[in-house]
Amino acid sequence: MGEDRSTAFYCLAAFFALFVLFLYGPMIVIFILSFQGPTGGLTFPLNGLSFHWFERLWHGGGIVDISDAFKRSLALGFVVMILTVLLSLTAGLAFRKRFRGSDLLFYVAVASLIVPSIVTSLGIALEFRLLDDFLKNHAPAWIAGDLKTTMGTFTSGLGAHLTWTLPFGLLVMFAIFNRFDGRYEEAARDLGATPWQTLRYVVLPIILPSVIGVGLFGFTLSWDEIARSSQAMGEHNTLPMELQALTTTVTTPEIYALGTATTGVSFGVIALALVAITLIRARQARFGSDAGQA
Amino acid sequence: MTAAADTGAVAAPKAESKAAQTAIDRVGVPGWLQAMPFGLVFLFFFVIPLILVVIVSFWDYNDYAMLPSFTTRSYTETFEGCLTQFPDLCTILKTYLSTAKFCFIVWLTTLLIGFTIAYFLAFYVRTVTMQMVLFLVCTIPFWTSNVIRMISWIPLLGRNGLVNLALERAHIVDKPVEWLLYSPFSVGLAFTHLFTFFMVVPIFNSMMRIDKRLIEAAYDSGASGWQTLWNLIVPLSKPGIVIGSIFVVTIVMGDFITFDVMGGEQIASAGKVVETRLNALQFPPAAANAVILLAVTLLIIVGLNRIVDVRKEL
Repeated sequence: MGEDRSTAFYCLAAFFALFVLFLYGPMIVIFILSFQGPTGGLTFPLNGLSFHWFERLWHGGGIVDISDAFKRSLALGFVVMILTVLLSLTAGLAFRKRFRGSDLLFYVAVASLIVPSIVTSLGIALEFRLLDDFLKNHAPAWIAGDLKTTMGTFTSGLGAHLTWTLPFGLLVMFAIFNRFDGRYEEAARDLGATPWQTLRYVVLPIILPSVIGVGLFGFTLSWDEIARSSQAMGEHNTLPMELQALTTTVTTPEIYALGTATTGVSFGVIALALVAITLIRARQARFGSDAGQA
Repeated sequence: MTAAADTGAVAAPKAESKAAQTAIDRVGVPGWLQAMPFGLVFLFFFVIPLILVVIVSFWDYNDYAMLPSFTTRSYTETFEGCLTQFPDLCTILKTYLSTAKFCFIVWLTTLLIGFTIAYFLAFYVRTVTMQMVLFLVCTIPFWTSNVIRMISWIPLLGRNGLVNLALERAHIVDKPVEWLLYSPFSVGLAFTHLFTFFMVVPIFNSMMRIDKRLIEAAYDSGASGWQTLWNLIVPLSKPGIVIGSIFVVTIVMGDFITFDVMGGEQIASAGKVVETRLNALQFPPAAANAVILLAVTLLIIVGLNRIVDVRKEL
């Protein structure tokens, strides 16, 4: 706006700095406190620095066994990531064409973001309970015999997570294809590429960085999801659900250590995605055509 | 790549001709087939579940199971006393009123903070790279767990937390302030902490679409900074404001985790009513409460949608 940095700029910049402090300050505090000495408590002061609480967490010495939940959440997050990328990509391609029901599908996907998670979770729980009842009463004996429940991490739980990650995936896909230059495809077609070749060798390489972003959404949203999981996971809790349960029972810094470890995984995945995106962009810049560039 | 090239690439496909669109339509797998897997997920894990919630809310139940016979028992029980106790409020109305109060306060704080942050990023940061870096800084916490961001307030706000320590050291208070944690205050604070993100992103997006020449024109016509802000930027950011508002309001309306963790399980909320019934395995009343929650949420969205057509802005 103005030529010189105005008073307004400095006020707003200060406000922004405060906001960033507000966002990160508390988290940094628990990262520090997770290295609390063995005799330390939930608040300052620090009684020495140690990995004591991480060790307890790792060996399962203290609270309930976290490692199972950890592995389960990791596996679920990975599957959700793959499916989110595949389904959002195909749906994103579909929405570029006109097809019957595209408006309806769009509204349903957006509604899934807006309907309170507890309602969706309850619905999925009801669906699987009714399915269980139906199978126990009507299915042949070899199914009904040892059936306890059809609910589980990779049935109802996976579905619940997808209703949360896919709308985000679709919205990102819209953003991608809104700025995608269709002339690349036309050129490929004119050169005789089949639709599959066009997708595989032209479209995908161009949009790959953004597709990695969709995968990042898929994993991290699943990794931290609680509200939708709450009724739909069956007998095994995911890591954030365990963490939430622990907030009322655990009174040692172990919970901070768990928080630090969980956030560490999130940040690791974000860093991995950013590195991948940067590498691909660099590759694109190196091998891309210089046509039309000044 | 330069910023100019970037915007050029954004603008180009907008001009996609009708012929090109038909060409896209005809190529390869038909659209409905490509969208099928995506659609099926929502059919099985969203649409059918919602229908079941509505159906089951009209079922009967006993201590062990739900009984598939039509009754409005779950609804009459939920609204029990609402007529007889009038003008005193019954439990469910009190709960909704309290949740609505939280909604309003959180909406206002996230809107004010979110708008200011987006305004700073969109109009006062000069380079696109810096804009993106600062924007990322604001969004990264969104990729981490909400529960961890909630418990991270404990060492600050607790009875022996940093805030109380500072207040006591400065002799502002004699004994620790109790209302900082496990209180309506901490719930509101946590909501603001968690969900300002949902305001910043759409408002920033709307602001980035505002033609900078309009602002120069306003400046040249002698408008003051405030006049430009109020008469130009606020109206043009309205779509973003409404989308952000929908997100924040619906999240707070249906939340039960933040109320639980930050309220010390003492504060009732619309979402928690559903969860409490579920923990008692009373599915029909849980479903009835879910239907009521859904209806209230939809009413709010319809109201907000009247202000601006959201679909057009995405």
